[in-house]
Amino acid sequence: MATDVMPAHSETSRPEDNYLTASKGIMSWLVTLDHKRIGVMYLIGTMTAMFLGGFLALLLRAEHISGTPTFFTHDQYNQLFTLHGAIMVFLFIIPSIPAALGNFILPVMLGAKDVAFPRMNLCSFYLWVIGAIFFICALLTTGLDTGWTFYTPYSTNTSQTNVVLATFGAFILGFSSIFTGLNFIVTIHTMRPPGMTWFRMPLFLWSLYATAIIQVLATPVLGITLLLLAAERMFGLGIFDPKLGGDPVLYQHFFWFYSHPAVYIMILPAMGIISELISTFSRKPIFGYRFIAFSSMAIALLGFLVWGHHMFTSGQSEMVTIIFSVLTFSVSIPSAIKVFNWLATMYKGSIVLATPMCYALSFLFLFTIGGLTGLFLGALATDIHLHDTYFVVAHFHYVMMGGTLVAFIGGLFYWWPKMTGRMYNEFWGQISSLIVFVAFNLTFFPQFVMGSRGMPRRYYNYLPEFQVYHVLSTIGAFLLGFGLLLAAIVLIVSLFKGKKAPANPWGAATLEWQCGSPPPLANFEKTPTVGNPYDMNSVVWDPDTESFIRRGDVPPVTD
Amino acid sequence: MTQFWNSINPFPGQHSTFASNVDAIFYFTFWLSAFFFVAIVGFMIYFVVKYRRIEGQEPETSPSHNTTIEVAWSVIPGFLVLGIFWWGFTGYVDMRSPPSEAYEVNVIASMWQWQFKYPTGAIAKELHIPVKTPVKLIMQSKDVLHSLYIPSFRTKQDVVPGRYSGMWFEATDVGVYNLFCAEYCGQKHSDMITKVVVHPVTAEDATDEVKETFDAWMEVAADPLKGPGGVVIPLEEAGKNIVEIFQCAQCHSIDGSKKVGPSFKGNFGKEVEIAGQGKVLMDENYIRESILEPTAKIRLGYEPKMPSFKGQMKDEWIDAVIAYIKSIQ
Repeated sequence: MATDVMPAHSETSRPEDNYLTASKGIMSWLVTLDHKRIGVMYLIGTMTAMFLGGFLALLLRAEHISGTPTFFTHDQYNQLFTLHGAIMVFLFIIPSIPAALGNFILPVMLGAKDVAFPRMNLCSFYLWVIGAIFFICALLTTGLDTGWTFYTPYSTNTSQTNVVLATFGAFILGFSSIFTGLNFIVTIHTMRPPGMTWFRMPLFLWSLYATAIIQVLATPVLGITLLLLAAERMFGLGIFDPKLGGDPVLYQHFFWFYSHPAVYIMILPAMGIISELISTFSRKPIFGYRFIAFSSMAIALLGFLVWGHHMFTSGQSEMVTIIFSVLTFSVSIPSAIKVFNWLATMYKGSIVLATPMCYALSFLFLFTIGGLTGLFLGALATDIHLHDTYFVVAHFHYVMMGGTLVAFIGGLFYWWPKMTGRMYNEFWGQISSLIVFVAFNLTFFPQFVMGSRGMPRRYYNYLPEFQVYHVLSTIGAFLLGFGLLLAAIVLIVSLFKGKKAPANPWGAATLEWQCGSPPPLANFEKTPTVGNPYDMNSVVWDPDTESFIRRGDVPPVTD
Repeated sequence: MTQFWNSINPFPGQHSTFASNVDAIFYFTFWLSAFFFVAIVGFMIYFVVKYRRIEGQEPETSPSHNTTIEVAWSVIPGFLVLGIFWWGFTGYVDMRSPPSEAYEVNVIASMWQWQFKYPTGAIAKELHIPVKTPVKLIMQSKDVLHSLYIPSFRTKQDVVPGRYSGMWFEATDVGVYNLFCAEYCGQKHSDMITKVVVHPVTAEDATDEVKETFDAWMEVAADPLKGPGGVVIPLEEAGKNIVEIFQCAQCHSIDGSKKVGPSFKGNFGKEVEIAGQGKVLMDENYIRESILEPTAKIRLGYEPKMPSFKGQMKDEWIDAVIAYIKSIQ
């Protein structure tokens, strides 16, 4: 049961003041313009999508327990891997950090009342819902069997499934993503409080800013591409289908022109979270702030120039292939800089292994593997062998899941007390991170080995020599599912049994910890004082309120 | 010992001239990555232990940036990855520069089978090549994207409809290796697997796995109407070989069961129902037309999915196929 241990002077001592209790009834949520409520709705939506996508992944892994038909038919398997990919990419990973955590945290971190365009923000959420409904309709009617990439001409002239429905879904989801990005760019430009110069912004905001630029610039290309694809499928326009005079490789260029930058939509916000977590739980200013901020921007810009590395075997010209290879290696440098800077932040720190930090360290381990295995795929001679094998599958899961998902969960545990006003159970949180870490490696490391040995991806049946790796991977996947479920249970239980959260449980110096937990409807009574976001000496532990408070500034929020 | 090494070796055997270079780049990148990975994780664990939080004790101050160090760890990895790029690039150029005197094989990919056509007119469903000879594949797709992948040769190339794509390699060892489709191509993508049979050029190089020389194999393959040594075989048997080469059994059963197309069994000489055209007698002319112009008469209850074999199947071969179908009653 909830105890009465509350920060004595905090805003939360008057419950009618926080955003959760300010108004009641279902409509007060559905038509809310409050960025925090929209963030929470996004969180519920994306987490639902994640568990649906994860469930499909477990079905896929179950099928691979043997190399012959086990539970599903060819067609069912093809639909499972397509929907797993499409749901995870379009409904979960792309919106997860920016739209769920970012929506909640960005304005508070900025000391602002809301985002610049609250109505557009709500519209973005409903576009997400409509896009999700299109996907679910495709799932429930004919399924979808093109792979999440919708490669032509299979998707336009052969597939018997509801490709048009799903592409319209992805098209609408694209607009949802553009709206979020546009909102964040304007908010960061125009709503920073006095004293918060660009280089006093928390790094999470830098990463969201870099992400927003990609969302706004790259996503329209996906929209146009999917419209052309739907036009070809419905009206027989010859754009990609060679039988109609089109070019299937053109589709791949269009698709990856969005979808490679989209990889950075997925990973950049995760890197931003890690910068916050490592600094807070090492109780040290982030090392090399400017290098990390600039590396986010560098990744966003270089990310536009490397899409062709998805097409090294596609039949594009050799010269183009070589140029894309060298550009691909250039994008590895800013990522390496971030890893080194995070490590240096821990040096001479005061490190505590709270759950968010456990996830952050998992991220460091897994993202390093994900990044380094990218070198094998950037190098042309080795990529020719590894392309379209399980090596690639393992590589991008280490980045997308070991990176983005793990950082997302870390960030969720970190900001959970702020969002809900409740502390979760630390012990079970740590256990969940340990299970996720071990199970993740068991799931995906064997895939590197079988990929190197020549196991192609998207295979329903496989040769007997690959079975041992598949079985290991399947066992890992079920354990991983259990770990993630445990994390979800720990968070949900905290809503009912968790201790009331203080304003600043972790001792972070960024602005969101200056308002109550959960924040009041308008976030701040008056514009907060802006200092160095990583000056950990500006906050001290206050045993009276069981919270960190600003030095010489008691109570933390109100005067 | 060899067995133990095989079970932990991340690669299939090296059986082309590219393979050793590709593996060398792989291992170089691997050990370089392993070094950085161990260093990063090592420091991480060391810091977590050494600088763990002790209550009431503030951390000692340390610099929040150091331009020299930061520039160093930006520039040095830059040079290392440029080295990897360069090595990968030179290896790639070799893979994409076929020697002018290479032996050419035409590859036709379709859902979900491979067909290999030789200068002699021979057609095969497995790729047969001579050892230690550069071989160039000229590839086309009849329908969607496919990708020809031979792990033991470390090479792969997409097959794109509407254009020819090419690849080349030189097998170094006699043997039988896997050939996969690596680009998702619909329902039976994972069944689009065949073999590469690398034949010895001379009889003394023969192994237990591959006994025939390439020329001996070609002599039989070039003329499915004849058996080994040029012996004439019964027409039915030749028809069976041809049905095998063209992989007709993917869609037509011989036991009466319904697949994508109607079964070969028990229909010859009978009236069959044609969609929109009433009943037609299934005779020699019907079979011939179905092979050359499959969409002219579609059996009731089936989709018009069969491709035309016009220009691929010679007249004498069609005779043999007819004889074979007649024999399945």
